[in-house]
Amino acid sequence: MSHTPAGAKDQVARLLTLVPFLHTHGQVRIDTAAAALGVPEEQLVTDLKVLLMCGLPGGYPDDLIDVDLDALEAGVIRVSNADYLARPLRLTPTEASAIIVALRALRSGAKDDTREVVDRALAKLEAAAAQGSGAPQIDPGVNAADADQALLAVRLRDAVDRGRQVRLTYYVPARDEESVRVVDPHGVITHGGLTYLDAWCHSAEAPRLFRLDRIAAAETLTTPVSRPDTEPRDLGDGLFTSSSQTTPVTLRLRPEAHWATEYYPMDAIRPQDDGTLEVDLQVADERWLTRLLLRLAPHADVVAPAGYGEAFIAAAQDALRLYSRPPA
Amino acid sequence: MEGTAAVNERKSERLLNLLIMLLVQRHFVAKDRIRTLLYPGSSRDAFEKMFERDKEELRSLGVPIEVGQMDAFFADEPGYRIRPDEFALPDIALEPDEAAIIGLATKVWQHARLAEATTDVVRKLTALGVPVDVSALDIVQPRLSADEPSFDVFFEAVQERSAVEFDYVRSGQSEVTRRRLHPWGVARYAGRWYVVGHDLDRDAERLFRLSRVQGKARKVGPAGAYEVPPGTDVGEVARRLAPAPRLERAVVLARAGTGVPLRREASEITTAVVGPDDRTLWDRLVVTRSAIGLADELLGYGADVYVEEPAELRDELVERLSAVGGAA
Repeated sequence: MSHTPAGAKDQVARLLTLVPFLHTHGQVRIDTAAAALGVPEEQLVTDLKVLLMCGLPGGYPDDLIDVDLDALEAGVIRVSNADYLARPLRLTPTEASAIIVALRALRSGAKDDTREVVDRALAKLEAAAAQGSGAPQIDPGVNAADADQALLAVRLRDAVDRGRQVRLTYYVPARDEESVRVVDPHGVITHGGLTYLDAWCHSAEAPRLFRLDRIAAAETLTTPVSRPDTEPRDLGDGLFTSSSQTTPVTLRLRPEAHWATEYYPMDAIRPQDDGTLEVDLQVADERWLTRLLLRLAPHADVVAPAGYGEAFIAAAQDALRLYSRPPA
Repeated sequence: MEGTAAVNERKSERLLNLLIMLLVQRHFVAKDRIRTLLYPGSSRDAFEKMFERDKEELRSLGVPIEVGQMDAFFADEPGYRIRPDEFALPDIALEPDEAAIIGLATKVWQHARLAEATTDVVRKLTALGVPVDVSALDIVQPRLSADEPSFDVFFEAVQERSAVEFDYVRSGQSEVTRRRLHPWGVARYAGRWYVVGHDLDRDAERLFRLSRVQGKARKVGPAGAYEVPPGTDVGEVARRLAPAPRLERAVVLARAGTGVPLRREASEITTAVVGPDDRTLWDRLVVTRSAIGLADELLGYGADVYVEEPAELRDELVERLSAVGGAA
């Protein structure tokens, strides 16, 4: 034989997952199996036909794996006489290392309760891996704090599905304080790279969006939600501004402060001849603007409306005074 | 003349039939019997070649083919078998949060082959009837990248414990030197991948940054060529030998009830200390973290936070506050 057909090994690998999948799930529609296993439908049918010629050694018709071709015509897979392939292969060293290292990356930098979940998952997968995985010798060493948010999203979605109220401990940066409130959760949405809980807030008596990265704690209560879900929110415009309550503000940003345009939604950005940027943004709470200007100090000023920057200048002077009288 | 697809299918059938034959027999199967049943009509030479290759392909999929003696009286007659308990993935039961975190782990690698390997793990779990929750996936961005061309070679070499030969340029030098290494592990530290191991020419523990490896790294010699010293923690070695990222330890005073995010990451908090004024009570917080952005964040708290140490950080804040509004 002059060459090795490259596809045979991959085909066997697919079949070693497909047959146990069918054993576990019984008869399955082709499209369902294709989606679950990430294999195109035509490929799946081709793979199944290989099974027709496989089975126990002996060569009698009863020894072969049975694929119901009539059912296959109708889009349904039914395979029998293959009980010895009821279980998938153990994880290969590469699979085990890849998933274990990924889990460790999620673990580092995560909160304690997230770490506890990761540790349980790691213990179960390590037991399932073939011996000789090199995973202990690979250290991803990164901080993937997203794991906290993702698990939080799973718990919040569960509360939405079960129609339960949630008690949130939420950090409000404008006031630099944590507040506890009870909400009726309506959904978890992702917009502009951030993830929010869309909920009715019983403290504010109004619909609110809560950024997941600012939720310090969330406890699902046994109380059912009391406000039925309202209309889906318009994420195009309604997310950051409810224009009646915000003030349009114009700032001038020197180069050191340009990064702010990537972090906060700006209505307009106008580059100026002197290298500064003039930007328009909607401000709902002047305390938030003061904190932003302090962070950018002294590289950002208020252009309009007149008088809007006075609180910031007063705050800067207030802070500076701390250093003129050092503690004993 | 058969088409490639048909040749592929015939080979897939042969591989799968070989696997089934070795899996269902309780004893070792003699080579002659394998030849008669699965390779009929082939010459001894052709059979030897095909059988060797087929075994290797199955092993590379992770199928544990065991070689043993058929009979104590005919010691030169090898037999083969696959033990079902070593072949099959054991039962795994996942709690919903564990299933969510494993789903999440499939999104961690920003490296095509390893990302695919984590997806294969999920498919095997699906085949076992263990559903993996992928609903939280939209929240996580892939963040564990491994763009260094030599990463794959070191990753494999660590699993197989084979020596690696490569050309390397040391920091601040232009001379390329050939190195031979028994790699103990790879570790990511401060955003960079390193390989840690025993340098065969220098006969000492060494650390290499993968981005400084020139051209192709090559595995040389057999697998299992060495043992990793027991207790080796590759992350620890990397942290010890790699240049450290700049971390700042800051001691700040915060008014009671303010600076909530700082308190969350503080390593020490001392309450009711002497502060720069008497308007409120003050607490002392110790925070250690990347110096980037620290001054910005501390400025954002205005007169609620006072920096004690380090002096350079305090000077920077005073200077920036002094420049606000043109006041000097």
